[in-house]
Amino acid sequence: MKNKKWIGSLILYTLAVVGGVIMIFPFLWMISNALKENVFVIEYPPQLIPNAPSLGNFVKAWTSQNFQLYALNSAFVASISTFLTVFFSAMVAYAFARFKFPGKEFLFFTILIVLMVPDVTLIIPRFQVAKVLGLRDSLWGLIVVYVAGSASANMFLLRGFFETLPKELEEAVLIDGGNYLTVFFRIILPLSTPALATVAIFSFLGHWDEFTWALTAIDDPTKRTLPVAIYSFIGQHTTEWGLVFAAMIIALVPVLALFISLQRYFASGLTAGSVKG
Amino acid sequence: MKLSLKSQRLLIPYLFLLPGLIFFIIFQLYPLFQGIQMSFFNWSIMPTKPSTFIGLANYLRAFNDPIFGTAVQNTVSYTLVTVPAQMILAMAAAVLLNNIRRGKALFRAIYYLPVITSWLIVSFLMRYFFQTEGLVNYYLVDVFHLAPEPVAWLNQAATAFVAIDILGIWKGIGWSMVIYLAALQGIPKELVEAAAIDGANRWRSFFSITLPLMRPTIVFTLVMLLIGGFNVFLSVYFITGGGPMRQTEVMLSYSFHQAFDFLEFGYGAALATIIAIVLVVASYLQLRYLRNPQYE
Repeated sequence: MKNKKWIGSLILYTLAVVGGVIMIFPFLWMISNALKENVFVIEYPPQLIPNAPSLGNFVKAWTSQNFQLYALNSAFVASISTFLTVFFSAMVAYAFARFKFPGKEFLFFTILIVLMVPDVTLIIPRFQVAKVLGLRDSLWGLIVVYVAGSASANMFLLRGFFETLPKELEEAVLIDGGNYLTVFFRIILPLSTPALATVAIFSFLGHWDEFTWALTAIDDPTKRTLPVAIYSFIGQHTTEWGLVFAAMIIALVPVLALFISLQRYFASGLTAGSVKG
Repeated sequence: MKLSLKSQRLLIPYLFLLPGLIFFIIFQLYPLFQGIQMSFFNWSIMPTKPSTFIGLANYLRAFNDPIFGTAVQNTVSYTLVTVPAQMILAMAAAVLLNNIRRGKALFRAIYYLPVITSWLIVSFLMRYFFQTEGLVNYYLVDVFHLAPEPVAWLNQAATAFVAIDILGIWKGIGWSMVIYLAALQGIPKELVEAAAIDGANRWRSFFSITLPLMRPTIVFTLVMLLIGGFNVFLSVYFITGGGPMRQTEVMLSYSFHQAFDFLEFGYGAALATIIAIVLVVASYLQLRYLRNPQYE
């Protein structure tokens, strides 16, 4: 009996490890290639363990052209968009969670329907809108579109969370002469830190990785974000996979750092059933 | 002047809605209507040349465009292949991880890694693996001798979609798995134990107890994955760019290429409108008929 159990868990672990290897295998090749300097032509047969590993590709990618500027652009766009997304979506969610007002149902339904429209299909008219508003070719043009899209999406998650908060605290504040702004800033926001963190993480990842709008809206090469820069980098260095992968790994570092340090929020955000990565 | 609580209650919700709503109207709602309007025009991108109203001509063109037909077909078959594959593999992985005692968190993180990696990175990894001199051919031809000579994966639509489908499945498994794992952990142990005492084997208790209890979760992932499948875009854009000869276009990539490569903004907008209508109607029906109160 004991023996059988032991064999059972051996099989389970073997399967889990096989699955894990399949999931991680492409990343291992990415790292391996990034560590191979000066492999300009595709190496045959391919070697997973580099003969002479070096960080040369990382140095070359990081110091090439405007790479650091692109990283800075991405950091700027992603952090401001994330801050505004969290703030605006919390405000809208609070209105929906705690107030009755004329037009509420209609507005809620409209936002829900518009959310189902794929972003890519809105790119053509957004391009026109950005042109009229003078937001083409500017980092702020990226920020406003990112905020518009994710603020309404995250509103649903936050509304659900706010509705689970006890009303008594808010009522007490109002009776003591506080107003709704006090309630929002002193009660709702502090009590919702986990939900706000989830929204912040997923927004940041989405904005950091966004490609299509950044590609269409920006012409000025100094205003590119990392994904677009890496994409055009690939165009210039098609056969230098090592260099390309090094650039990608650098872009992946902040994502991994967030993921590893804030893992529990990833699971909770998903099981709230509102975010599709 | 201090407003009474009652008048505050009337005014306040709108003040809270205002900033978010302004963004929503300018960059979501207005573009939606502007796109529909553009779709009725032969839209000119030159300010000097006026756009001309052409009624439904762009829509008629779409229905007679064989490449749009191919794009629709490709989108549907991508969805039909990747959605069930993701669900089955994610369920298997979730059951597996739910049954191991140590290292659950580590495995969960590893399986989830492709989900948080951007489409740009994983798509180019796939392109690297599936290029004719790439790793896939190396294993097929030189290591396992399964093929006599290298396959030019990305040069034909059918084989290019093997790469695109594999990517879609591999990248998506972790997402459903995390959700299934959470649902599995919520199933009362007593139920499964009671079934075991009644003589049900593991398969039997999985199919007659675990799966039915997970139905709402499974339906939720099905709806989200179907929507995600119809939204397939970046992987195609990066791996094949819609080629060769536009044979690997999906709906969104074709609309995008029409607008920004061929500068057919009116036609691109018409294609976008068709896709948006299909997606909104489909999502509405799914939400309506497969409604799941747990995730509202």
